[in-house]
Amino acid sequence: MAAASAAVFVLLFLYLEEEWEIVVLAVGLIATLYSAARFGFLGQIEAAASEHSRTTILVNFVAAALVIALLRGEHFALLMLATVFLYVTVCLGLTVQFGYAGIVNFAGIAFFGIGAYTTAVLSAHTPVPHLVVIIISGLVAGLIGSVLILPLLRTRGHYAALVTIAFGILFRTFLEVSDILGGPQGLKVPGMQLFGWSLNDNISLGPLGTVSFYAAYAVVALLLAAGAYILVKRLERSWIGLNLDAIRTDETAAASFGIDVPRWKIFAFTVGNCLAGVAGGTYAMMSGFIAPASFNFGDSLLLVSIVLLGGSGNPLGVLPAALLVVVLPEKLQIIQEYRLLLFAVLVILILRFRPEGLLPRKMREYYASWGRT
Amino acid sequence: MSAPIRSVAILTVESLTVRFGGLVALNALDFDLRAGEFVGLIGPNGSGKTTFFNALTGIYAPAAGSVTLSETDITGLRPQRIYDAGITRTFQRLRLASTLSVFDNLMIGNHRNLDQSLMTNIFARRRLHQQIMEDIEKSRVLLEQFSAPLASRLFDPVSQLPMIDRRRVEVCRALISKPKILLLDEPSAGMTHEETRALMDDLLASREQMPGLAIVLIEHEMGVIERVTDRCVVLNYGQKIAEGSYRDVADDSRVRAAYLGED
Repeated sequence: MAAASAAVFVLLFLYLEEEWEIVVLAVGLIATLYSAARFGFLGQIEAAASEHSRTTILVNFVAAALVIALLRGEHFALLMLATVFLYVTVCLGLTVQFGYAGIVNFAGIAFFGIGAYTTAVLSAHTPVPHLVVIIISGLVAGLIGSVLILPLLRTRGHYAALVTIAFGILFRTFLEVSDILGGPQGLKVPGMQLFGWSLNDNISLGPLGTVSFYAAYAVVALLLAAGAYILVKRLERSWIGLNLDAIRTDETAAASFGIDVPRWKIFAFTVGNCLAGVAGGTYAMMSGFIAPASFNFGDSLLLVSIVLLGGSGNPLGVLPAALLVVVLPEKLQIIQEYRLLLFAVLVILILRFRPEGLLPRKMREYYASWGRT
Repeated sequence: MSAPIRSVAILTVESLTVRFGGLVALNALDFDLRAGEFVGLIGPNGSGKTTFFNALTGIYAPAAGSVTLSETDITGLRPQRIYDAGITRTFQRLRLASTLSVFDNLMIGNHRNLDQSLMTNIFARRRLHQQIMEDIEKSRVLLEQFSAPLASRLFDPVSQLPMIDRRRVEVCRALISKPKILLLDEPSAGMTHEETRALMDDLLASREQMPGLAIVLIEHEMGVIERVTDRCVVLNYGQKIAEGSYRDVADDSRVRAAYLGED
């Protein structure tokens, strides 16, 4: 039931045009989540969800697919939905880095960008199949991220954050002066071809009208986000997840019990960056064009604010948060220019009144009927 | 002192020195420990007791000296390797992961026995499930030696436990991997006399289950030291000033001077 109402909500959110309706909806979402948490409904829903975790994933997946099907003709709505799913994927990566291992990464969009540029170059100049290109994009993002590992391991807290900020800004500057990568003009990217089928063609359904080609990308992005969710959730419910949590809460204690702190920090950082790279590659093919201007420091901040807003360390919280942060400015043209300011205020409010986010992380658990034996 | 050699020393520390800039926190300390022994480490505040633990466990790098565990040189190894070699510890100010459950905290201590492969953790979930069930059982058995009510709170976050239970969890975290040597850094801190007594009783009882386990205890409550230890080492200003049974040490004039000041 929760999944159904969520789907209806998403549908309305993307479909409505009038600004006041959007405001009402956004406020409604926050209020619903807040009061649900307050009165314990959320706990019940989450408990039920973890009890039947397979069914939950399936139901949510079907609901999302249904939303895509209903919006089949709407280019813009589908583009936004696909973007939301891609942002969810990146933010799941950040969840592993920040929420689990405690590594602050203010260069999320840079790793997204590395994936995008890798895809652009590979798909334009080599005949590598696009599915492989996307995977390589993730690996390249992970590999380039390893440049940051040494400074990150030697610094902690604020200083580690500064290292990632510097990297994010360097990345953008590098793109702007690099002629091979198109400089400030950017690069064109061919559309995605999967198993000989071009995703950039609209699909005609005869009397039912045509399906926007963005629907195909939305499905791809949905699959990606779902895969990332399963991966991140499984990581959490494992000994590796325990290592990461131990490192976040107390590095010295973790080291004193044999946990190889550098190894698992590298692991978390690389997994997160790979997810960002894969999402970036898909984004490049979907938008058909990428330029340095799309990978600003401000976008990295948006990613971090999604994680904080959703509830740091809770993969489930990322979805409503990404939805709000991505779609709201597109729908409310007035706030477009002030969006960074607005999200800054939002993050401050969250940290002040609900520091654990809209959907706070629960106790660690390893399997469905955990703790009730 | 000429104690009869019941068994060979498992830990030998020779002239271990730790410096912080110009300050000599630990000055050429000699120390040895036999299997099954319970040694008290006492001395005024700032005398280098915790520094000694930190140098042993690899948190501080020693400036000079050597540490030998069962004929293997472990001087200056990283904390991870010291743990693997079989030395575990508790901390003066509890260092539990308070948002995590009792079980999770114990499993952090059980790291050596956990399957770290990607294959098991991500894909072979059934195998992982089986490992978890075994470890839950193992945790329960260990906790029950300390406190039966605590064993039923295995899935509660540590932050909800009273102080004594947190101490118990920390001791169990250090014991679950079956170490050769357990280092206890002032376990009575923040607890009442009765609670400390209860904790020590549990510890002595569980020691019966682990033959050969040697324990070094830092403690300010002399009643505790007198009751549980076989032998005492007294530190002052980073140096060993006395060693022997509690009675001998307590009567030593240098020890009295260190604690009460010179006349």
